[in-house]
Amino acid sequence: MNLLEIRNLKKSFGALEVIKGISLNVEEGKVVSIIGPSGSGKSTLLRCATLLETIDSGELIYLGEYAVTTDKDGKAVYASKAQLKKIQSYFGLVFQNFNLFPHYSVIKNVTDALITVQKKPKEEAMEIGRELLKKVGLSDKENAYPYQLSGGQQQRVSIARALALNPKILFFDEPTSALDPELTGEILNVIKELAAEKMTMVIVTHEMSFARDVSDYVIFMDNGVIVEEGSPSQVINNPKNERTKAFLSRFDR
Amino acid sequence: MEWSVMILKITEGLWESVKIFTLTLIFSLPLGLLVAFGRMSKNWILRNFIRIYISIMRGTPLILQLMVIYFGPFYIFNITLPKGYRFFAVIIGFVINYAAYFAEIYRGGIESIPIGQYEAAKVLGYSKSQTFIKIILPQVIRRILPAVTNEVITLIKDTSLAFAISYSEMFTVAKAIAAAQTNMTAFIIAGIYYYIFNFIVAYIMEWIEKKLSYYR
Repeated sequence: MNLLEIRNLKKSFGALEVIKGISLNVEEGKVVSIIGPSGSGKSTLLRCATLLETIDSGELIYLGEYAVTTDKDGKAVYASKAQLKKIQSYFGLVFQNFNLFPHYSVIKNVTDALITVQKKPKEEAMEIGRELLKKVGLSDKENAYPYQLSGGQQQRVSIARALALNPKILFFDEPTSALDPELTGEILNVIKELAAEKMTMVIVTHEMSFARDVSDYVIFMDNGVIVEEGSPSQVINNPKNERTKAFLSRFDR
Repeated sequence: MEWSVMILKITEGLWESVKIFTLTLIFSLPLGLLVAFGRMSKNWILRNFIRIYISIMRGTPLILQLMVIYFGPFYIFNITLPKGYRFFAVIIGFVINYAAYFAEIYRGGIESIPIGQYEAAKVLGYSKSQTFIKIILPQVIRRILPAVTNEVITLIKDTSLAFAISYSEMFTVAKAIAAAQTNMTAFIIAGIYYYIFNFIVAYIMEWIEKKLSYYR
């Protein structure tokens, strides 16, 4: 079953067309990585899928429910507010620069949306929060504030925060790009664990060996279009397209 | 005049100054937030109306604004207001003037919060009002506190401008006594009171600032 379907998505910023008609499906339990050079539109695609950017044209479907359809003239039409709110609960997003709430403790960062948005009782939220902190290896940091943590720890909190709402699909927008090289490993390990648990994920990343190890499907984007897609062994190990080859030649694989 | 009588009179004046100070803060702090929203509104008419209001409040002396508010109804509209209007004129004048200054402070604070905070809240499903009240406002308050402290301390001294419309707050009382006695004693007592008042308020603001500095 497809948890997410994107059909012919287009997005421009002013005169600049950033995404020029992209379609992709994400099946339940699969990990899809999106790779490509800076400015290729991969982050914008993720922001469109997570409703942070308004798309110009195309369709966006979560679990068979339309978030965006296209009218006769090819213009994007968004679903009702209530419907979008419901769809919003199907996915979570981990940002490049964490975006933790600095005035909340670690546990409050993880549990507040459970209490405020999902209206869960505090005890239940705390239980979920503690379990997730344990999962990301931060049980001892429950009462710390984000500024007291390393970048890697902050990113692990933000993963726990996204997981707390029990999303069906989790997006990562370059989750290790703001981190020192020695801290990226701890984030990648958490994501690998989630992949082993069959969490459905879409990951925009520059970590090629990680993308190869963790993904079921890899998409190489350049200049607003999908240039090449397929299994990691096809796209990363044996790229056919010249642009993909040129891009990948800069990485140690 | 006996010392005790003089001090009593000036203390009564101090009480009036405290009243102006407190009521101004109670009304202008929330009003300033509303004004800030208006200033940032997508509605062109509202945004520019607020912009002009703020510009006038900051571009003309408070003492003149008090005069207009107190004398305006009679001289412009020929309306005779009851005797108690003097106090209302003082409060109205201070509130609309300080709300304008606070609005600009709030606006600066709100605009300084990274967009990522709004985006994180949105993805987590917070409504717009939940986002503002739970995520944005607490961070804004902490960031603007030093600027607010500045205004609050200025306000203590500004209460003396009520003198312009003969409202008997501390400065007005001290001036009357000093004129009658042809010496400076009343002014010195008032000065000491202003200083102590300021000292206490500054101490409280510092304490709040410390309370809120549990995160970075």
